[in-house]
Amino acid sequence: MNNIEVKDLSKKYVGFSLDKISFNVPSGMVVGLIGENGAGKTTTIKSILNIINSEGTVKIFGKDIKTREKEIKKDLGVVLDDSFLSAYLTPKHINLVMKDFYQTWDENKYNDLLKQFGLPTDKLVKDFSSGMKMKLKIATAISHNPKLLILDEPTSGLDPVVRSEILDIFRKYIEEDESRSILLSTHITTDLEHISDYIVFIDKGKMVLNVPTLELLEDYGVVKCSEEEFSKINEKDYVSYKKGKYQYEVLINDKNVFKKKYGITSIDKPSIDDIMLFYIKGER
Amino acid sequence: MNIIITNSSGLPIFEQIENSIKEAIFSNELKEGEMLPSVRCLANDLKISFLTVKRAYDELEKAGFIKTVQGKGSYVAPKNLDLIKEEKLKEIQGYIEKIYEVSKISNISKEEVIELFKMIFEEEI
Repeated sequence: MNNIEVKDLSKKYVGFSLDKISFNVPSGMVVGLIGENGAGKTTTIKSILNIINSEGTVKIFGKDIKTREKEIKKDLGVVLDDSFLSAYLTPKHINLVMKDFYQTWDENKYNDLLKQFGLPTDKLVKDFSSGMKMKLKIATAISHNPKLLILDEPTSGLDPVVRSEILDIFRKYIEEDESRSILLSTHITTDLEHISDYIVFIDKGKMVLNVPTLELLEDYGVVKCSEEEFSKINEKDYVSYKKGKYQYEVLINDKNVFKKKYGITSIDKPSIDDIMLFYIKGER
Repeated sequence: MNIIITNSSGLPIFEQIENSIKEAIFSNELKEGEMLPSVRCLANDLKISFLTVKRAYDELEKAGFIKTVQGKGSYVAPKNLDLIKEEKLKEIQGYIEKIYEVSKISNISKEEVIELFKMIFEEEI
């Protein structure tokens, strides 16, 4: 089952357009949305949430977001970049507000989460560090037990310790109920290597990749070679290349086939960042 | 059971998991019929994605080391001696391929390699 189905999502702005983005978020899975700043990640997320009106269809839990927004959003946990939490509230106040807002608000769970995250209940949000703010936003987003969590850049600007704590929260969230899913956007792609099952890569409003993370990490490779060696490689067998002064770097998407065909055995393992750079900056 | 994942081994993560579980089965640390951790649990404990562990389990099942019952989980399949032998032979083949490569590059003849080989085997006796 898919918790989110996005089909041909398009939006035109002056100087930028989102062009027919399609992907799914299956239940039990974590999907990471990656891309440069301004590539269209936030536009995609806001379109999925119907905050921005876009063309194409978005189905959440099999229902169209445009016609059944209200019932869908009851089961949704959302964390967006621009905080919805007032700076002059404390976590305790937030509990009172949310209790009225969501019928399914789980006060005990919220308090447990605050404790677990080490968040004070009586301190004003404005006095929180950015890591604490993010943890509070996440606690607030999951305390009504949503079936789906959508987060825009939940780990950006946070230190490695807090980031790893946040990833643990996500793991636990899905472990509690494996029909849940998470869609998150990020430009800290190392986080995704540890948690996401699929990666959707958007560049300049277009979807470049939609693959299992496993494939990206295990099948892709970078070959470094001389100009002469490069000239022998069939252009169907690589994704893109970067020409340096002393060597060619070539991104390939099937290490095993490449090894067999060209007998080249020294193939580097690229990070997701490396792969992104090859797609954005590499030549074809 | 130890499952050690390193980036330096050059092996895909799913294969490292696969090998660790096989090793635990060979050494009888994981006994026939014993339950394996669920895919989700192992993924969370190792801090890797669900699909990576799933792939490792799928490969183990394909090779006949484990059995998966829908909704129940995976357990160690009855031991198959042929399977173990085949696995070990494959490992040995890998080493021999390396020997072959080295001897070819350095122009060492087949006879010389076989001579060396005999020497090592006879030393043992």
